[in-house]
Amino acid sequence: MVRPARPRCQPPRTSGFLAVLALLALVPLGACGRTETAAEPATAEGGPAYGDTLVEASIGDISGLIPNITSDSASHEIGNLIYSNLVRTDKELRLEGELAERWEISKDEMTITFHLRKGVRWHDGEEVTAQDVDFTYRYMVDPKTPTAYGESFRQIRQAEVVDRYTFRVTYEQPYSPALLSWGIWILPRHILEPAWKAGVDLRTTQQNRHPIGSGPYMFGEWKTGEKIVLEANPAYFEGRPFLKRVVYRIIPDQSTIFLELKAKNIDLAGLTPIQYRRQTDYPAFRKGFNRYRYLANGYAYLGFNLLDPRFQDKRVRQAMAYAIDRQEIIDGVLLGLGRPAVGTYKPGTWWYKEDVKSYPFDPERAKALLAEVGWQDTDGDGILDRDGTPFSFTIRTNQGNLVRQQTAEIIQRRLRAVGIDVKIHVVEWAAFINTFVKKKDFEAIILGWGLGLDPDQYDIWHSSKTGPDELNHFSYKNPKVDALLEAGRRTFAEAKRKAIYGELQDVMAEEQPVVFLYVPDALPVVSGRVRGIQPAPAGISYNFTKWYVPANLQRYTR
Amino acid sequence: MLAYLIRRLLISIPLLLGILCLSFVMLKLAPGEPTIVQQDLQMRATGAQRETLRQLYGLDRPIYVQFGRWLWRVARLDFGRSYSPDGRAVLDKIAERIPITLGLNILELIIIFSVAVPLGILSATRQYSTFDKSMTLFVFVGFATPDFWLALLLMILFGVQLGWLPISGLRSLNFEYLAFWAQIWDLLSHLILPILVASFGGLAYLSRLMRGSLLEVIRQDYIRTARAKGLPERDVIYNHGVRNAVIPVVTLLGLMIPGLLGGSVFIETVFAIPGMGQLFVQSAFSRDEPVLMALVVIGASLSLLGNILADVSYGLVDPRIRVSGKEGR
Repeated sequence: MVRPARPRCQPPRTSGFLAVLALLALVPLGACGRTETAAEPATAEGGPAYGDTLVEASIGDISGLIPNITSDSASHEIGNLIYSNLVRTDKELRLEGELAERWEISKDEMTITFHLRKGVRWHDGEEVTAQDVDFTYRYMVDPKTPTAYGESFRQIRQAEVVDRYTFRVTYEQPYSPALLSWGIWILPRHILEPAWKAGVDLRTTQQNRHPIGSGPYMFGEWKTGEKIVLEANPAYFEGRPFLKRVVYRIIPDQSTIFLELKAKNIDLAGLTPIQYRRQTDYPAFRKGFNRYRYLANGYAYLGFNLLDPRFQDKRVRQAMAYAIDRQEIIDGVLLGLGRPAVGTYKPGTWWYKEDVKSYPFDPERAKALLAEVGWQDTDGDGILDRDGTPFSFTIRTNQGNLVRQQTAEIIQRRLRAVGIDVKIHVVEWAAFINTFVKKKDFEAIILGWGLGLDPDQYDIWHSSKTGPDELNHFSYKNPKVDALLEAGRRTFAEAKRKAIYGELQDVMAEEQPVVFLYVPDALPVVSGRVRGIQPAPAGISYNFTKWYVPANLQRYTR
Repeated sequence: MLAYLIRRLLISIPLLLGILCLSFVMLKLAPGEPTIVQQDLQMRATGAQRETLRQLYGLDRPIYVQFGRWLWRVARLDFGRSYSPDGRAVLDKIAERIPITLGLNILELIIIFSVAVPLGILSATRQYSTFDKSMTLFVFVGFATPDFWLALLLMILFGVQLGWLPISGLRSLNFEYLAFWAQIWDLLSHLILPILVASFGGLAYLSRLMRGSLLEVIRQDYIRTARAKGLPERDVIYNHGVRNAVIPVVTLLGLMIPGLLGGSVFIETVFAIPGMGQLFVQSAFSRDEPVLMALVVIGASLSLLGNILADVSYGLVDPRIRVSGKEGR
């Protein structure tokens, strides 16, 4: 999980369990970018040139090459290069057409008509048509399809292929996350439909091992557990990509990836704060790589089980928010590479509200609030108690994420200072999610959300989403929040949505359904020989096909 | 000899059954069920869907029924399909990885044996010399050094600082374009560090054992006799001493096989080698039971086979204990 994902238009449903994993995958999206550029060579160099290979590392093997039915970030990243989407987001995170040349939204905001580009071809030469889009839609809503991204397509009442290049969908009611959901990978109907109709599980088809897509890169080879090789698609409809080949090496150990990076055998990776501050800050590394830094698209939080009566009063949660020093966590754990989180949205997005209620570090205020609710230290042991029970709870978090474990320790100390006794329990990921989080067997957890590119967070906060396989595992229920979440989905008008989500942010700041902790920085590094990278709010990888290595610097000639 | 072999193989069957039974129960006791992990991939899976999956995998049956069914399928060499999203046949997944792990382990065994035995002999014949003392030091260092730390140090030194050896992987990216001999060198250079790290502990252990064994043997009466009849010291040591001293070493070499297989889990992860060990780690984290159990079966069988081989080779190196059908060993 070290390298930055290549986020194009990801379906908004990525704010799922695995997107939680993706939080510290440091998805590079964001404003406030900063670049440290490798020393430019003194000799004159040529302009954009075709050729060379970019080598990346992936901590795990991919699970398949039909990204619609996988959920690991490596599969998605590679899927993004092999397949095209109907729409995507540009460098400013605005929606733009990819396979769709343009689209129209009907007056009643229920119908969207997509007009496809003509002459786009699958890697095998067939043309991409509205039939492929229609097939992808039908596949996504098939209950047998093991996909996490089907929900938004189930809101569709009717889908029709108007002509070879026109596709029209009508929703049950206006549904604004719909447009972004068409950032789904479009699948080749001519290859998959026969198998699908015959009831074959598409995971067992050739397409999942040896795919035909329509994106900038064509599948080359997949050596299980070793590497995946992609070759530039000379017929890509936006022009042949400059980098001739992209190789993903599978290296299951973080330290090994980092050593390979230092030895310049890997050209692109994401750094941890300590690697950024202490282990790559020397001349030879700065000469060989460009380091980038911008806000990641996600945040970490301390969440409570709101079925536990102790946490139901918002004053208790506010007290915790006052008792925790966020800047201390950022300085101590992230080494200054991040900023305090005040809410559930990313700073810099159009729906982000700057001036919400904030909780500066104030332990006295925290104690006062706790006293209001009845928590007082009556027996003088330094721990608050109420009705003879001391205020004590356990924070659970997942193993393998040092940043979260250290955050837990700092929180433990700060809460102890206001009289709350905290224990920490670190659990292996699968057991953490399945045994504790999903079964709601926790008092408090430290986790993160990776965020979608739409303000709709219905799945996280709505009171109807508290089931065992759903994402509101805090069991947060607030009619006001429910109403705002529903309203926000029902209109496409940006000004209206901005007002709705602004109000939502005010309510959440007051309520502190979870204590928002920090937004980490994404810290990608790219080999200094690669040119054409232009950091933008969307990160660096949005213009990947325009990256190039000048002819005299190319390293891999074959 | 043949009868002995057959008997040993037959005895291995209940042993294997015991191992499998224990592994199966332990796997079932671990928190997290495969269907749950799979549902992570589909957040909206309903309870009913999960029940379908449970039935599909037979997870709704009592554990002994599950074990019985699984055993019956394994007996027919049907390991089923992986629970992971690729849904591939377990045997395919393992088959493409097994040569790598086996190859590595055989190389390790050869290296451990062919280096440890001479080292042990040299130490024993030069007891308390500087060489012997430095070997003693080496052995303690070998025992005390954690593999992962040694691996990282060597990677930093030879891979990053000096740039002499590749850090990880099995082949260079341009492998296909290399000439035949360059390909051989490419493979070898990728294997040096992993094999060095994997052999280090075993090397220290076995050389120590060889030293002790030889020291014991050369105090025996028949060695004194050999010396008394005026044989040159070389013949005494190599013909009479070593042949006897090497017997326990051979046995222990066989017993090291399970340890080496276990070590592959770590070595293959750190050095990014696509072998069985790596697959084991992945399957454990994703609760991919069919793959996990298949790997346990293979690992256990290989270990038992290693034991049998050790016993048989015993007879080969030591004519006194050449086995006959009756007396066993």
